Parts: sequence; C-alpha cells; structure tokens
Amino acid sequence: MSKVLVVAEHDGSVLNPSVAKVVACAASIDSAEIEVVVLASNVGAIAQEAAQLEHVSRVLTIERPENDYAIAAVLAPQIVAMCSDYTHVFGPSSTYGKDVMPQVAALLGVNQVSDIMAVIDSHTFKRPVYAGSGLATVETPADSIVIGTVRIASYSSVAEGNSASIESVDVAVELPTHTRFIELKSGASDRPDLQTSAKVVAGGRALGSEDNFELIYKLADKLGAAVGASRAAVDAGYVPNEVQVGQTGKIIAPDLYIAIGISGAIQHLTGIKDAGTIVAINKDEEAPIFEVADIGLVADLFNAVPELTEALD
Amino acid sequence: MEKILVGLKRVVDYNVRVRVKNDGSGIETDGVKMSINPFDEIALEEALRIKERGEASEVIVISVGPSEAQQQLRTGLAMGADRAILVESATPVDPLSVARIFKTIIDRDGIDLVLLGKQAIDNDNSQTAQMLAAIWGRPQATFASQIDMQGDKARVTREVDVGLEVIEIDLPAVISVDLRLNEPRYVKLPDIMKAKKKPLDQVALDEFDIESAPAIKELTFEPPAERERGVMVNDVAGLVAALKDKGLA
Repeated sequence: MSKVLVVAEHDGSVLNPSVAKVVACAASIDSAEIEVVVLASNVGAIAQEAAQLEHVSRVLTIERPENDYAIAAVLAPQIVAMCSDYTHVFGPSSTYGKDVMPQVAALLGVNQVSDIMAVIDSHTFKRPVYAGSGLATVETPADSIVIGTVRIASYSSVAEGNSASIESVDVAVELPTHTRFIELKSGASDRPDLQTSAKVVAGGRALGSEDNFELIYKLADKLGAAVGASRAAVDAGYVPNEVQVGQTGKIIAPDLYIAIGISGAIQHLTGIKDAGTIVAINKDEEAPIFEVADIGLVADLFNAVPELTEALD
Repeated sequence: MEKILVGLKRVVDYNVRVRVKNDGSGIETDGVKMSINPFDEIALEEALRIKERGEASEVIVISVGPSEAQQQLRTGLAMGADRAILVESATPVDPLSVARIFKTIIDRDGIDLVLLGKQAIDNDNSQTAQMLAAIWGRPQATFASQIDMQGDKARVTREVDVGLEVIEIDLPAVISVDLRLNEPRYVKLPDIMKAKKKPLDQVALDEFDIESAPAIKELTFEPPAERERGVMVNDVAGLVAALKDKGLA
C-alpha cells in the first residue's frame, strides 16, 4: 500500500491552493494513505487549513524559527529526517516545490519525477517533456521511495470539510545558516490569483507599453479575471515577472483564457493548453495562437479591447 | 574568487518544433539542429561577466553527454570560457548522476561557484542544480535574475511565483539561472579560431567512481492532445455572442 507525504507550500500564514491539487494527485494512487507536513515558524493556521482537505488522514507539523522563510537547504533535511515511513513524497511543481523537492530526492539518493500530470499506478506516471511537445510515461524503481512534483494545472482541488488530526513532529537535525532570506518584492494586487483564477486576460508585446497594459487590466476587472502576460511583454518591462505564462512562467488551466496581442510561441502555448476556452485577439491572422484558439478575432487590439470591455456587462 | 564551473547541456535547438516518433519510442532527433541549452548559455554569459569584472579568474565549462557535445563546449570556449571538460556517455545520464559527476570535479578542481541553467529544455526536469547543492552541502539560489558578487558572499534575486525574492548566500554555492539574468553574447569568428586551441579534456563516464542512481525509466512517448482549431468571428459583437453562447460572459 502507498503512503504519501505531501509537503505543504504556504507563505508563512496561509496554505497555498496548490496543496489541495497535490493531494488530489496523491489520491489518484490506488488506496493511498495521505499525510501532509507543514514546516513553518508558526504552523497553527496553516495546519488547520491542511487538516480540512479531503483524503488527508493526518497533518504533521515541524515548527521551528528556522522555517520562517522557505529555504531549500533548511527544509530538505527536515523532510528527509521524517519521511522514512512513506512510499512517496510529493510537492507542487511551483517555484517552492521545484526549489526544495530535488534536494529531498538527492539526499535520499534517488531521482525525481518532475511535473506529474497523471498517475498510471503507484510507480508509473505521465509527465510533459520538450515544453509539452511530448508526454512521457515514466516508471520509477519499485524498491525505492518516489519523490515527485505535481503539475498543478493537471488537477482539480480536493474538497474541504475534513478534520484530520494534527500532530507535531520533532526532527533533530542541524540546519545550515549559509543561506539567508533578505526580502520579497511582490507586485501583490487585489486582482484574482493567476494560478487559480477561472478567468485570465493576458497581454503580449503588441500592447507596446506599460501604460497600454491598462487596457488589459480594465478588461480583466470587468470579467473578474486574473492578469497574465507573454514572456515578451515581461521582458519588455510592461508587467512584472510573476504574471508570465508559459514554459518558464506559470502553467495555468482557467476556464477562459483571453490572449491579446500574443502571437503564441510554443513556449507560451505550453502554459495554457489545459485552458477550457481560449480566445485570441490579434492583428496578424497568421499568428500561431489562432491554431489553438476556440474563438479567434483578427483585429487591432487598440480598437477591439476597449470595445469588448464596453460590451460586457 | 578563483574558479567558476558552468554546465552546458547539448539539447535540441530552441527553435526546432520537436515531435514524438511514430512508434512512441522517443522524440525525433535525427538531423535536428542541436545547441547549448539556452538557460546554460545565460549561465555561461554570467560567469564570463563575473570574470571580466575581475571577480573570478577561471571559467570552466563542463558537459555530460555524447561525443558530439564537443561542439557545444567549443561554442562555450569561443564565448570566452578558459577550458572545457566533456564527460562522455553515449546514453542519457540522469540528473542525480550528473550532480555527482559535478561534485567529483568540484572536489578535484576546487570550484567556488557553479552556474547552471534552471532547467534543460529537453526533459524540463529542473533538478541538477538543487541536487548538486544538496549533496555538496552548500547554498543554492535557483531561478536567478540578478547576481551581485560580494566577496565571499553573493546576493541573488530569484524569480519566484509571487514576485522577486532576494537572498544572500555564502560561497561556494550553486546558482541556477533564469531567462532575464542577461542576454548572451554572439560568438565572433576570430573567437571560434582561438577556441580551437583551448584545452578540452575528454573523460569517459565510467572513469568516474560515482554511486549509480536508480534511473527513472522512460517507457513510452505520445504527442499531446491537439486542441482543435475553433471558430473565427468577424467583430467584437460576434466575440461577445460566442462567449455568451459558452456561458462565459
């Protein structure tokens, strides 16, 4: 039988929505027992949230001042010290999970399955390669622990309403001080979260300036949508890095994705291929984005977007 | 700081539209243009800039791969690296084994900083840098978009999901680089000629006494589900109607 440990991503006070999706992935392993570990300086509220997730049988907490901020070299040895009873350790394929999970794998002497998008059986998984141009079915060795990151766009969150037990764990490992958190510069906004929003409006280089991106914000606000961007728009400095969608940005799966002035490079398309409906507005009728769009409009965005914003009520 | 080690992986060129072989046994790579993994090229550019500022004295490029990876190492030498190491293996090598090979070189040559791409664009694993930092017991800074060397420390800005995170790490350390760190230089013809004279050590993989890691087997490959081309509308009114039709507006 499989026993899966899920490493809970959080920001110090709130559980990240990715955790409910990693649990969903773990729950797709036949008769898996699922436990969550929260490493924080103050685990209280985070552990409470994790305990509500369906399928979770127990939440373990490691409360130490060193866990105040997520530093891979600090977290990994603690996870390694408490994971010997598990057959699997999963984390999200977010920058948090990508940072720490390979360290866990290396300390355990195994390779990692990155970006799990489907579970075939307890040791066989599907994952994307070449920016999603191929899907590989991979098999991990039967006799060793499975360390994996979960492609969160491939899973729907498990329900809440559970009340799993919460237990604190002591791990006696010495932690390094060679890595120090200085600051987080975040463009935190009141808009919906890009990674979990049901609707996303994204702009590309054709917007031409930071000021013109206002057109995207207005449409997004009208729709209650999150804002995204292509790499080109981020590189040009129109928007901050955290809104980039694509192979090297965020992989998202909203119900509605509106791509405005985005040509649709393969690296961008890999970030949206699980979207429900893709709408493309682009002046260039040859733009590759139209090959994947469910609804396409060839138009000058500077006319079409204000008109669309106006027309929606 | 003395030495910087940079990993260069030979991968299918960024601009090639790759496809899965018809029999599902792998990705079609016959006759396809191969290049340095673009993230690794950014890592090398950063190493060269650090050296050019007088903050390091030697830049060593290393590749674990087939004999043909000499081409990518020569390109790295033409960009400005001082010497190259090819750890030759005809078959693909898993990330943990690559990390263990790098660790062996670090112990042998005394490396102060390892710069690697944040992921290779073939397998998209994003593991090697983190694994190396873990087995080396040294700091890591993944997804770097800015690196400031400060003597025996470095201050690194990381691109994370919620924004930009700044951390300070002690050297020696491993840094994995993101796209916006720099724009790699173009190689000029005289540099290509000069690079031919620079040392390139070739070592067979089995000369390394590393513990073999249990590999993850790739069983089959399939193309992704194609999205079907949808409808084109003529104007904004048509777009609004189509959205309403799907219950999205």
